[in-house]
Amino acid sequence: MTKEISLEHVWVEFGEFTAVHKANLNIAGGEFFSFLGPSGCGKTTLLRCISGFQEPTRGKVKIGGEDMRGVGPNKRPTALIFQNLALFPLRSIADNIAFPLEVRGVSKKNRRKRADELLELIALPGQGDKKVSELSGGQKQRVAIARALAVEPDILLLDEPLSALDLKLRQHMRTELRAIQKQVGLTFIYITHDQGEALTMSDRIAVMNKGKIEQIGDGKAIYDHPTTSFVASFVGENNVLDGTVLSNDGKVMQIDAGLGTPFAVENHPAGGPALAPGDACHLFVRPEALRLSKDESAINQFSTNFVTEEFEGNMRHIVMNASGKDLKLSLINDGTNAIEANAPVKLDFAPGMGIALKPGELASA
Amino acid sequence: MKMKSPTALIPGLYLTLFFAYLFGPLIIMVITAFNSSTFPRVSPWECFTTDWFGKLAADDKLLAGLGNSLLIGVGVVCVAIPIGLAAAITLSQVGPKLRAALYTIFIAPILVPGVVIGLSTLIFWDRIGTLFNAPYESFFYDGTFLTIFGQVTFIAAYSMLVFLSRIQRFDTTLTEAALDMGATPTQAFVKVLLPFMAPAIGSATVLAFLASLENYNTTVFTIVSSSTFTTVLSSKVRYGLDPSISAVAVIIIAITLIGAIIYECRNRYNTKSWALVVAERPALKVATHPGTVAVILGVLALAAVMFIQNHDSNACTAQILEDKRALQQKLMEQQSLNTPQQNVPAPTMPNLGPVGGNEGGASAPSPFGNNIFSPENLGTNTPNDQ
Repeated sequence: MTKEISLEHVWVEFGEFTAVHKANLNIAGGEFFSFLGPSGCGKTTLLRCISGFQEPTRGKVKIGGEDMRGVGPNKRPTALIFQNLALFPLRSIADNIAFPLEVRGVSKKNRRKRADELLELIALPGQGDKKVSELSGGQKQRVAIARALAVEPDILLLDEPLSALDLKLRQHMRTELRAIQKQVGLTFIYITHDQGEALTMSDRIAVMNKGKIEQIGDGKAIYDHPTTSFVASFVGENNVLDGTVLSNDGKVMQIDAGLGTPFAVENHPAGGPALAPGDACHLFVRPEALRLSKDESAINQFSTNFVTEEFEGNMRHIVMNASGKDLKLSLINDGTNAIEANAPVKLDFAPGMGIALKPGELASA
Repeated sequence: MKMKSPTALIPGLYLTLFFAYLFGPLIIMVITAFNSSTFPRVSPWECFTTDWFGKLAADDKLLAGLGNSLLIGVGVVCVAIPIGLAAAITLSQVGPKLRAALYTIFIAPILVPGVVIGLSTLIFWDRIGTLFNAPYESFFYDGTFLTIFGQVTFIAAYSMLVFLSRIQRFDTTLTEAALDMGATPTQAFVKVLLPFMAPAIGSATVLAFLASLENYNTTVFTIVSSSTFTTVLSSKVRYGLDPSISAVAVIIIAITLIGAIIYECRNRYNTKSWALVVAERPALKVATHPGTVAVILGVLALAAVMFIQNHDSNACTAQILEDKRALQQKLMEQQSLNTPQQNVPAPTMPNLGPVGGNEGGASAPSPFGNNIFSPENLGTNTPNDQ
């Protein structure tokens, strides 16, 4: 069984400091929902509000339609997986997994049975008598998940559980987490500062900055159509140009970004924040959206000079300079994209690949 | 053999000196327990005897004091450990400013002289008793009760220090994890924090018990008309020592050694490397099991007790007594030869009774005996080996 969660105008304040600024969102039952943001953006505080370790200063946290104010963490249908996993070092693996059952007075025999079932689920069968210290990082991770699942919670909360693992294991655990979520069908709420994790695993993502939720949407919407400058600059790489809107016919804007001819940029597909002629704006163009011009008459074309190149094997990350402005350019290493170091190079991008947004705070690199 | 350079010997020399400094007094004390001389000393060696243990076993006052001490020790542990644990938990949960202030308050009883604590405990409970118009037999004036409360004030602080060092390594997310998984705060405490604190509780218990057992300067006030092991010992020192005190030391050292050996055996037995060694040698596994070691040591201790009970040193002590008498005779003769003109009567010959108090002769004055300290003997006891 899964329950939906809704946050209604949730504020969390610590004295003068506002950790969560009017958070408003609904998470459907069975969804894999991620909170993505830089450290200190309030995402962990929000998670603690849902799990019951923190009461919101104002607003409501509802789980399955019930207001959770005054309900302690041990009474909520949530299970939290801590950043450091918080496995009990003095207990065996099986006793760790069966702990939620133990405190509910389940008999020893049934506890052991359930623990063995869960060990089966996390592909560690027969390892129940091992000590926590005898497991590897990935195994501990899975034990923590099994422990959280022992009493079949409605909602599983995960607080950056993969951040302590090395890269290979992290990628493996991403797939595994997603598979477990599909298997048990629970609502997962996942906290991370790693956009790769958020984009690969989540059904929907909420990007947070300084206590505010900047944008909620699926991975594609967040990446392709950010609605704020922060989201555009935080999620993925982006080139940002300061510009002015010259005209807007409702479909395509003409933007002067100081690189010669004005650029044609499509409006945000979901309506987005409308820009009127004369408005200042941030124009974002992703490194992979920039391409080497094949012919002289391409739209949105401008002239650049080569600065430096970083070779990554499958991709080449090139920095080009256009009128004093450094732009990043990512090209597939397929042997066709030679760049002359000493001659001017023409670049262009499709009108649909540029994103014009109201100027706002940018994520620090 | 290769010669070592002199500087290489320094650590060894230092260690020898260090251990001599640590254990020298204990070794001397143990030896004196088996010397028949009525004053605890090593030389002159008179006879090997175990009579002091017998005398100790017959010392009702000391045994009653020991009983009180053990009772008080248990009482102190029961009260001080929960208080110390609560204080440590509080300190680990409050903010830094409050923590500094609380820490100072909690630690203050250690800094206050024990004498002051003893006196103030006595006065405080007397006032409380007066307030309730309690009779003199009530617990407000009971030495055991007062001593427990007096000692708890600072022993709780000691145990808090032990707990603090452990609790600082506790990961508080473990408690949060327990709560999150449905445990009540009590369950989280009992199932997560308490098991983590168990080693510290063990060592704090031993520390508190020993600190209570050996405490003197607080106890001497709070014990009122009763007595403990330490107060009986100190009155013995005041009114005359005999080697039964050394016998006490021997027993304490023996108990400590037995405990330490069993503990160490247990530790080594539980190591992984030893488990590998004994995996295919069941005989060795049984032989090195701490239980086996405990049984062997118990049998040895029992044998020692049997030996002590049955050893008879009367023949030797009688011989020593004879020698002393002869020596004394000679000295007296010499004296009378040296001073023939002075017609002083010969000093009364002290009656050197056999050692071993319950044999009737212990109360007799002896040149080196306990009565040398007795006030009534001052002036009357003529020095006779000048």
